[in-house]
Amino acid sequence: MSDTSFNTQAQTGEAGFGDYVALLKPRVMSLVVFTAAVGLLAAPVAVHPVVALASVLFIAVGAGASGALNMWWDADIDAVMKRTAQRPVPAGLVTAQEALAIGAALSGMAVVMLALASNFVAAGLLAFTIFFYAVVYTMWLKRWTPQNIVIGGAAGAFPPMIGWAVATGGVSLESVLMFALIFMWTPPHFWALCLFMNSDYENAGVPMLTVTHGRRVTRRHVLAYTILLAPVAVGTAFTAIGGPIYLSVAVVLNALFLKGAFDIWRRDEAQAQADKYRVEKRFFALSLLYLFAHFGAILAEAALAPLGLGGW
Amino acid sequence: MSFREEHELHKRRSGRNIGVGLVLAGFIVLVFGLTVVKVTRGDMQMPSSEEVGASADGNG
Repeated sequence: MSDTSFNTQAQTGEAGFGDYVALLKPRVMSLVVFTAAVGLLAAPVAVHPVVALASVLFIAVGAGASGALNMWWDADIDAVMKRTAQRPVPAGLVTAQEALAIGAALSGMAVVMLALASNFVAAGLLAFTIFFYAVVYTMWLKRWTPQNIVIGGAAGAFPPMIGWAVATGGVSLESVLMFALIFMWTPPHFWALCLFMNSDYENAGVPMLTVTHGRRVTRRHVLAYTILLAPVAVGTAFTAIGGPIYLSVAVVLNALFLKGAFDIWRRDEAQAQADKYRVEKRFFALSLLYLFAHFGAILAEAALAPLGLGGW
Repeated sequence: MSFREEHELHKRRSGRNIGVGLVLAGFIVLVFGLTVVKVTRGDMQMPSSEEVGASADGNG
């Protein structure tokens, strides 16, 4: 075989290592690493640093694997949407079959390794999370119901619960509240994105709330879920993982989040188009800070507890 | 083309190969570290011969 039969990477679009990493949705993985680590560190049981590091890593790999399975199944709609068209599969860098193989192999490896590193409860929760994201959300809910984000959001809410289970070997009120915080936060976060991503989901035929029920209803839903989220977020302050730092952060951020949701609710499409969805974009950016700050505050309470400063 | 010359395919895939190699090396280090921690903490301790004998005699 002559060398001329091989083209350069640019010509063939051959995948580099980074493209395989992109298959695992590294941005989602970073959020998973952070929330799982907070769940693990906030738990009342100390974990050996090597076990903690390995466990968080395997949780992240499991989350990444479910991302690869999502890209395998959703390659057709990813190709249509501007936001996702450059992902490795629709861009032609990685084949859908490769994405499936990598996703399935890493899923199995992550679950088995987490069971060996920590315990079967944590591994079981990770297996359920992967199943929930890849099968329940990606294959079933996403193309079927406008409530896809609401129910599917559970998949992203499990990591702190898994981290907690790594340390304690079980589930408790605190870990359920961390789950509920992400679960209730996901709909307003995603629907705000849908409001300013305009026709992306519509073109792909994904039944997002903006597509099926319109933007007025979506704005109402953003406000409703933000109102429901506030007591969950503030209420967590009065459990074992809360404290004055968390309470202060939760009160300020929920007030800002409610104000943002109210602003989104009271304006119409003409106003939004006039200022290029400034309020919606600001709310979306705030939603990222919201989640990071809440979990950061839980971490701060746990870190300061040995000094007698964290918690109540 | 000399026998020792690196094939174009190897050059092209070197980034990917190095990446996979580093990931595998990291995985080995992690599993080794986990094993050391589990063994030294006694998580993986096998039952002693006396315990095994006692349970076999029905005294366990």
